[in-house]
Order: sequence, then structure tokens, then C-alpha cells
Amino acid sequence: MNPLSPLAAVGRSVLALLQQIGQVSLFAANTLSHLVRPPFYPREFLSALFQIGWLSLPVVGLTAFFTGGALALQIYAGGARFNAEAVVPSIVAIGMVRELGPVLGGLMVAARVASSIAAELGTMKVTEQIDALVTLSTDPMKFLTLPRVLAATLAMPVLVAVGDTIGIMGGYLVAVARLEFNAATYLSNTVDFLQLWDILSGLVKGAVFGFIVALMGCYYGMTSGRGAQGVGRATKTAVVVASVLILAANYLLTEVFFSA
Amino acid sequence: MIELTNIHKRFGANKVLQGTSLTVPKGSSLVIIGGSGTGKSVTLKCILGLVKPDSGTIKIEGRDISSGDRDAFLARFGMLFQGAALFDSIPVWQNALFYSGPVWHTVAFRLLRGSLKRPLSEAREIAIEKLRRVGLTPDVADKFPAELSGGMQKRVGLARAIAAEPEIIFFDEPTTGLDPIMAGVINELIREIVVEMGATAMTITHDMTSVRAIADTVAMLHDGVIKWTGPVAEMDTSGDPYLDQFINGRAEGPIEAVR
Repeated sequence: MNPLSPLAAVGRSVLALLQQIGQVSLFAANTLSHLVRPPFYPREFLSALFQIGWLSLPVVGLTAFFTGGALALQIYAGGARFNAEAVVPSIVAIGMVRELGPVLGGLMVAARVASSIAAELGTMKVTEQIDALVTLSTDPMKFLTLPRVLAATLAMPVLVAVGDTIGIMGGYLVAVARLEFNAATYLSNTVDFLQLWDILSGLVKGAVFGFIVALMGCYYGMTSGRGAQGVGRATKTAVVVASVLILAANYLLTEVFFSA
Repeated sequence: MIELTNIHKRFGANKVLQGTSLTVPKGSSLVIIGGSGTGKSVTLKCILGLVKPDSGTIKIEGRDISSGDRDAFLARFGMLFQGAALFDSIPVWQNALFYSGPVWHTVAFRLLRGSLKRPLSEAREIAIEKLRRVGLTPDVADKFPAELSGGMQKRVGLARAIAAEPEIIFFDEPTTGLDPIMAGVINELIREIVVEMGATAMTITHDMTSVRAIADTVAMLHDGVIKWTGPVAEMDTSGDPYLDQFINGRAEGPIEAVR
């Protein structure tokens, strides 16, 4: 065995990674370039908005609700260790709005939307429907990719806002029903403590996560391999990559927004 | 007239086309035959611009396809895909106008958007007329692609290919996966439609019945080059060992068969 072959393997995987990053970046640039190049397909956009935004509401809402509730219990227990139970409303609010709303919402949407986009476009690719679109004078990037990416980028902040609200409500319900907080004080503490930027930063995160989710779904769908296995792999990779990228982007954005 | 000159295309180490040259006169029907993986589909995809050849030129009516307006270029084509490639995603709103809704949306795809856009009722009428042309009743128009049998899906694919009155039609293995009778019906339909529309047709197939029913001219593709081309009537007396082996389906001969 060549003594350098382990190094060669490392080199190969680094090169493959760089190539992948390059391809995804080109795909993203290509998608965005269609924002300003007609024709546009508003009907596809509305349909994507409905699929990605409206139909994700239940899963995002439930996730936020239970997270807010659990957060209230934990912070109460943690706060009790140094007689600071009163911080529950403020920490629940800031935790939901800055971090958990966008990140958990993003991950749930990655699971729901990146997978369904990748599976749909992958199947279309494998059954030559994407080639058929081209022969019908329709650019798949304009017709399939841009509407989904745009819809996810615009819908995600709204989903995050809804999730934030429901999450805070979950915390409130638990705090009032189980921890004997005063309802009015809890609410006024929440409102007084939160700053506009706390909320806005979460919404910006949401938009970035939405973009990542739809872009990964489209990229892995459009480049899907053949057959059931190809589509399966495209779907799995789309979800995994979207989730990891969301967490990485979340760290970077937090660093940019909040590190003084 | 479609002219391919010295087309080369490789995918990684796999050299698919190695100097393919072909001429299809206007209004005639060429059938490309050859074993699986010899580059038949890639040839069609090169002409459509779905695959970019590494070298060589493709001209249609004397104009290089890599120059000029791509939309106008594609508007002259119709294509029937091997698996019909009907748009079968489930639409969000079943009755709203959407590309993957009932069959007629797929058939009239081109007539509902872009440069060939028609009013809704007219597009639907054309779709129904084209469905009738391929032997389907108007009630099929409101069914969904997934509800149709393989033969019916092929017919719908054919209706979509001819919906915008193309000058050039490609057929990718039109009879694959159909029973012999349905295959005969599709062959006859293709012949009739090509003749009555005066379209230039290119078909790829390995179904010899199909070749005899559809072709004016036959081209045999092997190892990325055209081994033989000539009128369908001369196919049986060509004396070309590759062609002979292929049309008679012999395991022995110059074409190596993997056992």
C-alpha cells in the first residue's frame, strides 16, 4: 500500500467538499438571477407559498408550543437554585424569539419541506418531467426552483413569528397553570423585557433558514441520481445538509448579531 | 432539415458519441436504432440542447442551434418521452389551473403560458381535439395522469408533443413497455401524424416492427458512430454485418453481446 494513500483520501474528500460548495453556490446564484429575468410564474409561487407556508403552520406551532412549555419548567427549576424564579417570563421570551423559534422552526421546516421538494423534483428528474419542461420552452430553474426558494424565504419569517407567539403562549400557560405565576405580571414582564431587535433578528434568521431549506431541496432534487435509490438519497441528503447548514448559519448569525 | 456533424460527447471516462454525423431532410422520418447505451438518447438530447456536445455542430435549417433565441428554437419541437413524462405532481388546488392538474393541463401546457399562450377555453378545446386525434375520448381530459394506463399515458404524451403544431417531433422509444397491439396502434398514430403534419421526425427505438412502420430512413448507431444509414427498404439487403446482426437479433456477430 502506498504510504501516502490515507493523505490522498483526505485530499479527495476535501476536493469533493469544495466542489460541492462551488456547485451549490452556482446553483444559488443561478436561482437568484431569475428574480430579474422574465418570464415569471406567479401561480407556481402562490402554490409554493401555500405548500411551504400554510401547510407548515401546524408542525411549527406544535413544536413551539411544547418547547415554550418545557422551557418555562426548566427555567423555573434552574432559577429556583438561586431564588430567581421571576426570570421565567423574560428568559422564555428571549429564548423563544432569538433562538428556539427560528432554529426549531427551521429544523421542522427542513424535515417537512426540504424532503418533499427533493422527493418531488427528484422524481420529476428521474421520470424525465424536467427534460419535458425544457422541451416545452419552460426553464425549470424559473418554473420549479425560484418559486420554491422565494416562497420559503418569505414564508419562514412569518412562520417564525407565529411560532414565537405560540411558544411564549406555551410558556405562559405552563407558568400560570402549573407554577402559579400571576397572569398579568407574566405578560407585562414579557412585553417590557423584549426589545424589537430580539424579534427582528429571529425573523432575519428565519428568512435565511427558509432560503437554505428550499435551496437544498431544489439542488438535491434537481441533481438526483436515477431510480428509487437516487431519489431516496437526494431526499435524505437534502434534509441532512439543510439541517446542518441551519445550525451552522444560526451560530454565524448569532455571532454577527449579538457579539459585541 | 437537421444536420449533425461530427458530434462528440463523453460523460467522465465514458465516450458516448464519437463523431456522430447525421442528416434528416425536412419532412422525412428518421429512425435511429442501436443497442442500449450506444448514445441514441444522448443524440436527441444534444439536438434539444438538454445535453451540450463536447465538439461538433448541429444545424437546423442551416442555423447553428447554439446561437439565436432558445425559446423560439424550442417552440418548433415536440417530444414524446419514453415514460411519457406527464406532469403528475398532485396540485394544491385540484381545480385551479396548474401545470400538473388534470390531463388537459399537461396537454395544453404550452398553450397556457409563454409565447404561445391562448385563452383558457381555446387551450382546453385544442387539448381535447389533440386527445381525440390520438384516440382518446374527451372525458380523459379531466382525469389525472396517474389514473391512466401505460398506453393511454403514451397517447397523452403524444397529444402534448403535437399540441403546439411542432415542425420537428422526437419520439424516444415510443413502444417500449406496451403490449404488441398497443405498440401497433402507437406506431400507426405516429406515422399518420407525421405525414399529415408534414413534420420532420426522429425516433429512437429497438423495436424492429416500429422501425418498419415509422421510418423513411434508418440509421444504425454503434459505439458512438453511425455504422449504416439508408432507406428502410434497403435495410434487409444492406450486407452490413452490424445492421444484419441487429435487425435479426443474433447473439453472434461484430456487436459484442454480454452474456
